[in-house]
Amino acid sequence: MSFNNNLDQLYRSVIMDHYKKPRNKGSLDGDSVTIDMNNPTCGDRIHLTLKINDGIVEDAKFDGEGCSISMSSASMMTEVIKGKKQEEALELAQIFSNMMLGQDYTDKYDLGDVEALQGVSKFPARIKCATLAWKAMEKGVSEQK
Amino acid sequence: MNEIRKQFPVLNQEVNGHPLVYLDSAATSQKPIQVLEAVKNYYELDNSNVHRGVHTLGNRATDSYEGAREKIRKFINAKSTQEIIYTRGTTTSLNTVASAYGRMNVNEGDEIVISYMEHHSNLIPWQQLAKEKGAVLKYFDLEEDGTITMETVRNTITDKTKIVAITMASNVLGTINPVKEIAEIAHSHGAIIVLDAAQSAPHMSIDVQDLDCDFLAFSGHKMCGPTGIGVLYGKQALLEVMEPIEFGGEMIDFVGLYESTWKELPWKFEGGTPNIAGAIGLGAAIDFLTEIGMDKIAEHEHSLVEYAIQEMDKIEGLSIYGPRDPQKRCGLITFNIDGVHPHDLATVLDMNGIAVRAGHHCTQPLMKWLQCTATARASFYMYNTKEDVDRLVEGLRIAKEYFNDVF
Repeated sequence: MSFNNNLDQLYRSVIMDHYKKPRNKGSLDGDSVTIDMNNPTCGDRIHLTLKINDGIVEDAKFDGEGCSISMSSASMMTEVIKGKKQEEALELAQIFSNMMLGQDYTDKYDLGDVEALQGVSKFPARIKCATLAWKAMEKGVSEQK
Repeated sequence: MNEIRKQFPVLNQEVNGHPLVYLDSAATSQKPIQVLEAVKNYYELDNSNVHRGVHTLGNRATDSYEGAREKIRKFINAKSTQEIIYTRGTTTSLNTVASAYGRMNVNEGDEIVISYMEHHSNLIPWQQLAKEKGAVLKYFDLEEDGTITMETVRNTITDKTKIVAITMASNVLGTINPVKEIAEIAHSHGAIIVLDAAQSAPHMSIDVQDLDCDFLAFSGHKMCGPTGIGVLYGKQALLEVMEPIEFGGEMIDFVGLYESTWKELPWKFEGGTPNIAGAIGLGAAIDFLTEIGMDKIAEHEHSLVEYAIQEMDKIEGLSIYGPRDPQKRCGLITFNIDGVHPHDLATVLDMNGIAVRAGHHCTQPLMKWLQCTATARASFYMYNTKEDVDRLVEGLRIAKEYFNDVF
């Protein structure tokens, strides 16, 4: 099937791996920052908890419901921001946003699995799915500053 | 129906390398050439404001605009064109009833009854009204197959009920509600009935006198007409005593420094320069539908739904929401496939040239009742064919394989 090639750009195996085996799934207790966000047009929802100490994102967990793109993006995001300074986490949110818009972005960070989401930029209707978790993280991290 | 299909230019194209199969008419329908030309002709030949020009173009515009109103009257068998109010669409029509009728007639402790299957536009206006007035908002319970029984209706409507607002056909379950019987029960308790006809006016014949509904709302864009034009039907006696909710040009009779009076019906509810091209386009859409015949359209859709249910049932892990009997539902099918999120499903179908809707369809309380956050929906119209259904089913199989086997 010819169109499967296009689909493969969107649904890379690493994305499906995060979708089926999400990392950092759950909720943090104690003094964590909690962010609930949803995408009202499609019903996707994320519950993100962040543990921020001395300007460092020490831990992150997420819960939620949504498509493969939104849930795998959340899983990858939690992996990449753990241990980062708040400014770095915010910069990563900006980098991800640029990636979704198909724009150039700095290679100063090792984005790991997140790079697999690049293909989403070619599917305009799905960009909001991918950015939900990052918007939630951006909100949580900037509120703590 | 192949001849009909040719009259829709947009359908004649490839999407992502495949001939387009448009299965999202419940969101908005495509427009036939007759409607496109009516709008073009108005702008090219008659463009002028209505109800004020002494000049020839003004007269032509007014004649076309009011002529379309008469077509709408006939289409739903209203008694008079005074009962046909142009609006922006179903949402505006329902909000007008909630504001203009609801505020005047609903008081603390009164009841407003709606159902779990309402679109947000027939839910939030009543929720807001109930909050403002301290009224009680009640819901008709649904049976497991997504229908409402008359027993439920009798048990829910009481002498305290002032308004019953319900959809004629559900945009998710496809359920066609027994609104004539519900109207009878509402009236026997002194309540009025408001019907959301957004999903029924495009697909079946409607007779407001036979239904004995007090208000009825629908949109032009779901029935081959332009966006931004819709209709509020109301019984004349009710409309007469309602106050306008928009004030300004076009809707006034006499304006003094401290007091003004309003035009007669229907114009007192049409403040400002109206959507003239939209109304004329809607008139052309009604001519188009009437020429085919609403019963023929309904019959065609029933046969497509029957065939689609039969073929979709063969896909393992696919569940269809709403009543099983094709005669009890309108031309749409909402479904889910185990292990494939509806957004992912819609993307796979889109890559195969097939347009379906995925999401909560503006019915969040209903999604909660169905215990899911999102569903996929294929909706049909007179231009769809059995081949479209075959393409859909083939696409669903591809999606299922892709998500279940590749990874």
